Amino acid sequence: MNALPATRREPPEEANYLSAHTLRSWLLTTDHKRIGLLFLFGIIGYFLIGTAAAALVRLDLVTPQGDLLSAEMYNRMFTLHGVVMVWFFLIPSIPSVLGNFVLPLMIGARDVAFPRLNLLSWYLFMIGGGVTLYAILAGGVDTGWTFYTPYSTTYANPQVVTMVAGIFINGFSSILTGLNFIITTHKLRAPGLTWFRLPLFVWTLYATALILVLATPVLAMLLLLVAVERFWGIGVFDPAQGGDPILFQHLFWFYSHPAVYIMILPGMGVVSELVTCFARKRLFGYPFVAGASVAIAVLGFLVWGHHMFVSGQSIYSGFVFSLLSYMVAIPSAIKVFNWTATLYKGSISFETPMLYAIGFIGLFTAGGLTGLMLAATAVDVHVSDTYFVVAHFHYIMVGGMVLAFMGGLHYWWPKITGRMYPDLAGRLAAVVTFIGFNLTFFPQFVMGYLGMPRRYHSYPEEFQFYHILSTAGASILGVGYLLPVVYFLWSLKRGKRAPANPWDARGLEWTVASPPPTHNFHDIPEGIRPPYDYPTPATPPFTSPS
Amino acid sequence: MKFPLLPDQASLGAGEVDRLMLLLLGVTVFFLLVTAGPILVFCFRYRRGNRVNRVLDPRGGFRLELTWTLIPLTIALGLFGASAAVYFRQRHPPEDAIEIHVIGRQWMWKVQHPQGKREINELHLPAGVPIKLLMTSQDVIHSFFIPAFRMKQDVLPGWLTTQWFVPTKTGSFPLFCAEYCGTDHSRMVGHVTVMPRPEYVQWLTTGVQEESPALAGERRFRQLGCSGCHVGQSAVRAPALNGVFGSVVPLQGGRTVIADERYLRDSILLPNKEIVDGYAPMMPSYQGQISEEELLALVAYLKSLGAGSAGNAPGVAAPVFAPASRQEGGAP
Repeated sequence: MNALPATRREPPEEANYLSAHTLRSWLLTTDHKRIGLLFLFGIIGYFLIGTAAAALVRLDLVTPQGDLLSAEMYNRMFTLHGVVMVWFFLIPSIPSVLGNFVLPLMIGARDVAFPRLNLLSWYLFMIGGGVTLYAILAGGVDTGWTFYTPYSTTYANPQVVTMVAGIFINGFSSILTGLNFIITTHKLRAPGLTWFRLPLFVWTLYATALILVLATPVLAMLLLLVAVERFWGIGVFDPAQGGDPILFQHLFWFYSHPAVYIMILPGMGVVSELVTCFARKRLFGYPFVAGASVAIAVLGFLVWGHHMFVSGQSIYSGFVFSLLSYMVAIPSAIKVFNWTATLYKGSISFETPMLYAIGFIGLFTAGGLTGLMLAATAVDVHVSDTYFVVAHFHYIMVGGMVLAFMGGLHYWWPKITGRMYPDLAGRLAAVVTFIGFNLTFFPQFVMGYLGMPRRYHSYPEEFQFYHILSTAGASILGVGYLLPVVYFLWSLKRGKRAPANPWDARGLEWTVASPPPTHNFHDIPEGIRPPYDYPTPATPPFTSPS
Repeated sequence: MKFPLLPDQASLGAGEVDRLMLLLLGVTVFFLLVTAGPILVFCFRYRRGNRVNRVLDPRGGFRLELTWTLIPLTIALGLFGASAAVYFRQRHPPEDAIEIHVIGRQWMWKVQHPQGKREINELHLPAGVPIKLLMTSQDVIHSFFIPAFRMKQDVLPGWLTTQWFVPTKTGSFPLFCAEYCGTDHSRMVGHVTVMPRPEYVQWLTTGVQEESPALAGERRFRQLGCSGCHVGQSAVRAPALNGVFGSVVPLQGGRTVIADERYLRDSILLPNKEIVDGYAPMMPSYQGQISEEELLALVAYLKSLGAGSAGNAPGVAAPVFAPASRQEGGAP
C-alpha cells in the first residue's frame, strides 16, 4: 500500500518513519507521524464522499424545479454532505492529521503522551465513519446534520439512530485526540521550551483540544438522548409528552458552536506558522495572538444561542447571546491585525503555502464580518435559515479551514514525504481554489438576503441566476481540489528530494531530516530559541540604505 | 433571467432592517479595506528582493494592540445596540394588532382570520394595519418566513409563537417555510397578498363564512365543561377567567406570572404546572383531547373575555374583531 519513497539512497541508520512497508506496520503503528497519515487517508476518503454529495446538490440546484434528484434524495444528499464534512473531515482535518504529525516534532518530543490511545482514536474515527456510511447505504437520513427534534426523533426514518451512533463513536476519537494533545503539551515539551516559546500552532492545538474534551461529551449525551427517545419514546424532546424540542437545540449548539472553533482555531495556528515563515519575521504581538486563541476557546462556549434568535427563545436571551457573539469577534480581529502587522517590513515570498495563508486571511475576515451581520439580532431574523447563513459558514469552513489545511499540507508536505511538489502547480491550484470558492459562495450571500431559504430542493425562479453562478463556481473549486491530488501523487515518485528545511523556516520540526526518523530526535533538543527567530531586519542582507 | 439585488420592502420594519444591514455592510467594507489594503501593500512593498528599509521600530506594539482591540470593541458594542433596539421592536406587537392564527404541518400552512375565514398556503392582509400571527405546529418545527417583511419566526409543536408586522405595500409576496421539516420542505411555500383595507374587508366577507375562533372557543369551553368550575358563582373552585388575559396571576409559592397565550395554553394542557394561589390542583389535563386548532380557539375565547364582561353570558365573545370599526378606530 505504500507508494512513498524507498530509502535506497540512505544508509540503514538513517531509516525514517516510512521505512517499514508491511500492512501490519501501518495498522498497528503507534508512531504519531504514521497515525497522522492514517488520518490523512481517512479524511481524504470522507472528503471525496462529502464532495460528491455537494456536487449532486449543486447540480440539482441548476434548475428551479430540481430535475436531477428527487426531493427525498436531495435531502439525503445535503444531510450526508453536512454530517461527513463536519465530523469526518473538518473536525479531524488539521488537529488529527497535521496536529498529530507536527505537534511532537514542534515541542521536541518523540511521540504524543499516549501513543496507543492515539491509534485507538484513529480506529474509533474509522469505525464511526463506517457506521455513518452504513446508515446512508441502509436507507439514508434526511434530517440535515443538525438532527433537530422532533423531526429526527419522531418523523424521520429509523436510520437516524444508526447515523447518530456513528457520530457518537467518532466523538470518542475527538475526545482521545484532545486529551492526548493537552497532556502532550503539558508534559512532553523539551527542556527550555516554555509556554511563550511554543509555536502558535501548538497554542491553537491546545485551545482546540480543550474544546474537544469539554464540548464533545455534551454532544455524546445529546445523541444518546435522541437514541433513547427514538427507542423508548421517553419524551425528553417530544412536546406531546411535555418534552421540549428547543432543549435539543440548546444542547446541540452548546456543542456545535464550540465545534466551529474546533474547525477554525487550528487553521489560525497554521496561518501563524505560514505568515511568519514566508515573511521571514517574528509574529507580531505573540502573547496577544496566543491569548486570543484561548479567549476564542472560552468565549466560544457562551454564544450558542445566536443560532436560535428565531427559535422561540426569550428576546433577553437573544440580547445576551448577541452581545457575547460580538465579543468573540474581537480576539479574531486581533489575530487578523497581528498577521497583517507581521507582514510589515517582512521579506515576503509567495510560495504555495503563503498563497493559501493570504487567501485564508481574506476569506476568514469576510466570513467573520458577515458573522457580525448574523449576530445582529434584527438582521438575523431575516437571514436566519437562508443561503446567507450557508455562505457565511462556508466562508469560515472552506475559505478558512480548508485553505488553512491546504496551506499547512503544502508547507509540511516535504517534511511528511521527503519530497517537493512543483511549486508552480501549487500556486495555480491555490489561485483556482480562491476564485472558485468566491464564485461559489459569494452569490449565496445575495440570494440569502433576497430570502432564498436553505435546504430547498426546488425554489422560485428569481433565484436561478445565483444558483447557476454558484454551481459554476463549485466546478472551478473542484478543479482547485483536484490539482493538488495530481501533483502530490506525482511528487511521491518524481518530486525532488526535500532537504530537512526547504523553506528555511524556524521551529524544531525543521531540524530533523525529511522524512523524520522514527523517533524524531536522536537527542532531545536543547538550547531552545524564541519562536520564529528569523534574522532581525537590522542586519544585512535584509536592509538597504533608506 | 432576473438577478434582483434586494427583496421587496413591504412592511414598516423592512426599511429598518435594510438600514441596519447597510450599516453592517459599511462596517464590513471598512474592515475589509483596513485589512486587505495593508496586506496587499505590504505584500508588494516588502516582497523578497525588493530593496526597501526593513529596520523596525520596536516601540509602540502595545499601543497598537490596544488600538485594534478597543476600536473594534467600540464598533461591536454600537452594532449590538443598534440591532438590539430594532429586535426589541420586532418582538413586541402593539396591543391593537389584528390577530391571525397560523398552524403549520407537513407540508402546508393553515391560516384562520379572526372572523373565521380560513385559507391554506395563502395569507391575505390589509395594508397599514398591525398584524399579529399566533402560530403553532401540529408536527415538527417549521418557520414562517416572509422575506418582503424581513420577518421570520419558528413555529413549534407544543408552543405558541408570535410575529407581527405592518404591511405597507400592496401586492403578492412569497411566503416560505424556513426550518427544514422533511421531504417536501421546499413545497411548504405560498403567498402573502397585501390589499387595501376595504378590499380586505370585502375579501373577508365573501366565500364560505365560518365561525370565528373566539366563538368556536366559547362553544368548546362549554362542551368540555370548563364553565362548570370557571364561571360565575362556581368560581370558588377555580379562578374566574374574566379579564385574565394579560393580568398578573399570583401562583402558589409566591411567584407571579403574566397570563399570556403561553400561560393559557399550558394551563389547559398541564394544569398542575402553574397553580393559581389559593386554589387546589384539581383541574384535569386536556392533553390529547383538544386539537391545536381548538386550543387556539380556546385561547382566542379567553382573550376575548374582557374584565367587565361576564363569562357565562352566551355570545359575549362574538365580535372580537369587527373589521369596519377597527379600521375607523385605531390603525396608525
